[in-house]
Formats: sequence, C-alpha cells, structure tokens
Amino acid sequence: MSARGRRSTGPARQGRIGLGSWLLPAYTILAFVFLLIPIVYTFVFSFNDSVKSNIAWRGFTFDKWLNVCNVEGGAVCEAFANSVIIGVVATVIATTLGTMIAIALVRYRFRARSVISLLLFLPMATPEVVLGAGLAAQFLAVGVPKDITTIILAHTMFCISFVVVTVKARVASLDPALEEAGRDLYGSPSQVFWRVTFPLLTPGIVAAALLSFALSFDDFIITNFNSGSVSTFPKYVYISASRGIPAEANVIASAVFLFALVLVIGAQVSRAARAKRLAKLG
Amino acid sequence: MAFAAFATAEAQPQAPRKSSRIALFLLLPGILYLVLFFLTPLVSLLLTSLQAPLEYGDIGQYQYAFNWQNYVDVMTAYWPHILRSFGYALAATVFALLFSYPLAYFIGVKARRWPLLQSLMLVLVIAPFFISFLLRTLAWKQILSDESFVITSLKALSLLGPDAHFTGTPFAVIFGLTYNFIPFMTLPLYTALERLDLRYLEAGSDLYANPFTVFRKITIPLSMPGIVAGTLLTFIPAAGDYVNASRDFLGGPDTQMMGNVIEANFLVLLNYPAAAALSIILMAAILVLVGVYVKRSGTEDLL
Repeated sequence: MSARGRRSTGPARQGRIGLGSWLLPAYTILAFVFLLIPIVYTFVFSFNDSVKSNIAWRGFTFDKWLNVCNVEGGAVCEAFANSVIIGVVATVIATTLGTMIAIALVRYRFRARSVISLLLFLPMATPEVVLGAGLAAQFLAVGVPKDITTIILAHTMFCISFVVVTVKARVASLDPALEEAGRDLYGSPSQVFWRVTFPLLTPGIVAAALLSFALSFDDFIITNFNSGSVSTFPKYVYISASRGIPAEANVIASAVFLFALVLVIGAQVSRAARAKRLAKLG
Repeated sequence: MAFAAFATAEAQPQAPRKSSRIALFLLLPGILYLVLFFLTPLVSLLLTSLQAPLEYGDIGQYQYAFNWQNYVDVMTAYWPHILRSFGYALAATVFALLFSYPLAYFIGVKARRWPLLQSLMLVLVIAPFFISFLLRTLAWKQILSDESFVITSLKALSLLGPDAHFTGTPFAVIFGLTYNFIPFMTLPLYTALERLDLRYLEAGSDLYANPFTVFRKITIPLSMPGIVAGTLLTFIPAAGDYVNASRDFLGGPDTQMMGNVIEANFLVLLNYPAAAALSIILMAAILVLVGVYVKRSGTEDLL
C-alpha cells in the first residue's frame, strides 16, 4: 500500500489527491450534460409543430408559445393558474407558521423540544404517498369534500418542516445582541421584531418561501390523493401522459424553467458580488 | 437549500432563554397544524387499515373494525410490489451515490478556487427541479422509447438486440428513479465535501498513504454525514414513488411498486383498507430501515 517512492511535494500533490487532473472535470461536464438532457428535450419540443400529442418531431413553430391557452378550452392554463394559487396560499401560511416555530426553537428552551423536533422531522421522512393517503383517509373519515382547499391544506403541511429547517439556520446565525440593542433603545417587542429581527431574517425567509412554492408547484403525489376533480399543472401532465403530452405543457414548463433560472442566477450573482465587496472591505 | 440542512450540524443557539408565553405563542399554531394535518391523518390511516367492508354496503363503504386480516391479505397479494419497491429504491440510491459523489467532489473541493463557477454549477444541479418532474420523466420515456433516435441507432450499431426494449423494464424504472433523485444526493454530499479540510488529505499523503487510501480512510469518513443524508433523501422518496413505475411513464405491468398499488387501491378500486394497510407497511418498514441504517453509520446526532 505504501506510496513512498512516489511522494511529491508542492502543487503537484494537489492533483494527486483527486482522481486525476482531467478525469474529474471531464466527468463533471458529462454529468451536467446528462442532467440537462430532459430539460433541453422539453424546451425543444415546446416548439414542435404537433397536432395533439407531442411525440415525434414535426417541424419548428412558435405557435404553441403564442397560443398556450387556446387548446382544450385553456385546460393547461387553468391547471397552471390553480398551481400558482395553491402555491402562493400554501407558501404564505407555511412560511408564517414555520418562521414562528424556527424562532421559538432557536431562542427558547423548553422541555418538549425533542418531541417537537421529531414532529418536524417526520413529515420530511415520510414517503409522499403515505402523507397523501393519510390525509385522504382523514378527509374521507371527516366527510370533507376534496377541492382546492384540501390541496392547500395538504401542501401547507409538508412545506412547514422545510421552512423551519431553512429559517432556523438563519435565526441561529443572528446575533441576539442586535435585538438587545433594540430593546435598550426603548423599542417595544413588536418594534424590535419588525425593525430588527425580521429584516435580518429576510434572506432566510425568502429562501424558505421560494423552496416552499417550488415544492408545492411541483407536487403531484400528495395532490393526486387530495384534489378531487381540481386540476393542477402536474396533475394535468399526469393525466395527459397516457395519450402523449400536448406541446402546450412543454411551453408552460419551459417558461417556468426560464423564469426560475433567471431568478436563481440573479440571486447567486448578486450574492457573489456582495461577497466580493465584503472581501475587499475586510 | 433544505436538502443541505440535513447535512449541516445545527449551529448552537446563543443564550436560549427559558420558555415563556411568547415561545408558546410562536410554536402553538404550527405545531397544532402538524398535529391536525400530519399526526391525525396517520392515525386515520391506521384505523382505516383495520376497517372491514360494510355488510350490505356498496363498493367503497367500510366500517371500523379490528380487521388485522387486511395486513395478511395485502402482504399475500402484493409481496412482489413490496420487495420491488425496496429493491428499486436501493438500486437507485446506490446508482445516485456513485453518480453524485465525483460530481459533488468536483463542485465542493476542486471548484473552491472559483466561487462563481461553484455557484453556477450548484444552479445546474438544481436546474432539473425547475421543470416538472413528470415532464422530465416523460422526456426520458420519449428519448428512450423504441422508436427514438437513441434506441434505433443503438440497434443499428448492433449494440442492442433487435427486440430490446428500454421503457417498461425494471432497468428503466431504476434509471428514472436515479435521475429524479440525483439532486437530493448531490446537494448534501456537496455540503459535506465543501467543508472538507484539505490539510487532512495532505497529512494523509505525508504519512505515505496512496490516493486511494486517503480517499477511503479520510475523505469518505469525513463526508459521512452527507452520504447518510443523501442516501436517506433518495431512498425514502424513491421507495414511495409511483410516477416512474407507472405504465404511462417508464414502467410496465411487471414493474409496479407499492406507490402504484396504493394509488390504484385508494383512487380507483376504492379499497381504502388495503391502500391504508400498504401505506402503514411502507412507512413502518422505512422507519425501521432508517433507524438501523442511521445507528449503524454512527450518525444519530444528524436527526
């Protein structure tokens, strides 16, 4: 096992730590190509001049982008709108409740702490199909009809834990001295919260809200159990899968993709720029 | 991202105060919500799994009973699906780990010198999340279907037999599961590797360990929290997934998993007790497996 004879010093050793100097970068590029193949496919086929199903390539057209809502009485757009409404409402509720829990968990000591941590962890460790079937069994037992409200109730449930995890990290890195200073300056508890704590937590809360919206928007399994006849975008895709997805679904998915990509790259670039500025100062 | 949080050691809260009415006010609404819409449904599921059909009832009408026979029935009827779920999920987890580790290593260790490149690569890792996972899976189905360019060329080159199919096979389902859960594996691995102190690796090679030994004895143990978090985040959803194995997606009649059976029983056959019993079995098996796994890997404090 000894590598005595090959021992080197300085930068040369750096290369030896990895799997070879060109192998790993080459693999990384291939891995990204693999990860992006279905995305490119979805995007390209949003320009396919297809009639109903969208399986074989039949020529290039902008039509699907221009007439997204003109197919099947706007079924795609209606499903999309439902997904947005559900995502927004569930995100607002989950982010509010989750942020409150995150603050309490970091700032206060109480006996039930480990039980509460378990209660927050379990929804993330339960397969979606179990969460979906459980809620559906519950709604059935209580006699609640399934509609958009039951979807929102379900989505809020599985988003809370993710919000808590995301915001908690931010609260933990927050210096309590800043809030103390606010109190020393005669700020009332609500003034201290809205003027000091909340602005400092905003990046974490925004990240949690985006994650929550993304989880809700893309959820299919839990939705399928609790949606009744209400359509959401993933549900629309699932139902049309048997007869080949119309290109309009690819248009919506591509538009959402581009929007999210711009949003995330913008956030990353501005963060990198800020880090650079801070590094210069320091 | 929340995925990373699984692998992140919790920062020590500074000077936590004793519990107070404020803490109660902050906790109560959210906790009540989870009790009402997470815990109670699990109890409902358990009670449903013990129901028996109403004597003169229609399809879908049941009454509360202690009908443990439901469990025996679903185990007898669906044991292949149960085994398949865990087998496929395990295979997908292993493939995702093998695929993700070098990728996460490059992003977390090699790309440290270029923060902008590192951030952009992280965006690329989560990029698949920006497209509905159903459409991603359908895209693979079409790319790998019998008439597709890929499969016809492979057949033309005689790399595949003339009768070879991809979609509808267990391989396709495992492929889909692996693809869909790769980001869940890569991100926690990245978080763990990003914090890896390279001086340990240098110390290892100074002590005459060859690169392979350094990797096995230093890199892997130090990235263990990421490995555990990533495998759990892949295995759990993969075991319950029912999209990849669906007939309209990458699966076929012989690849149905527990998720598919639960969906069919609950939403189509209206056999609620069977669906509920299968759900409880799925959840119990996962809890046991995860408990054993976390204990054996020595990372209990992660949870």
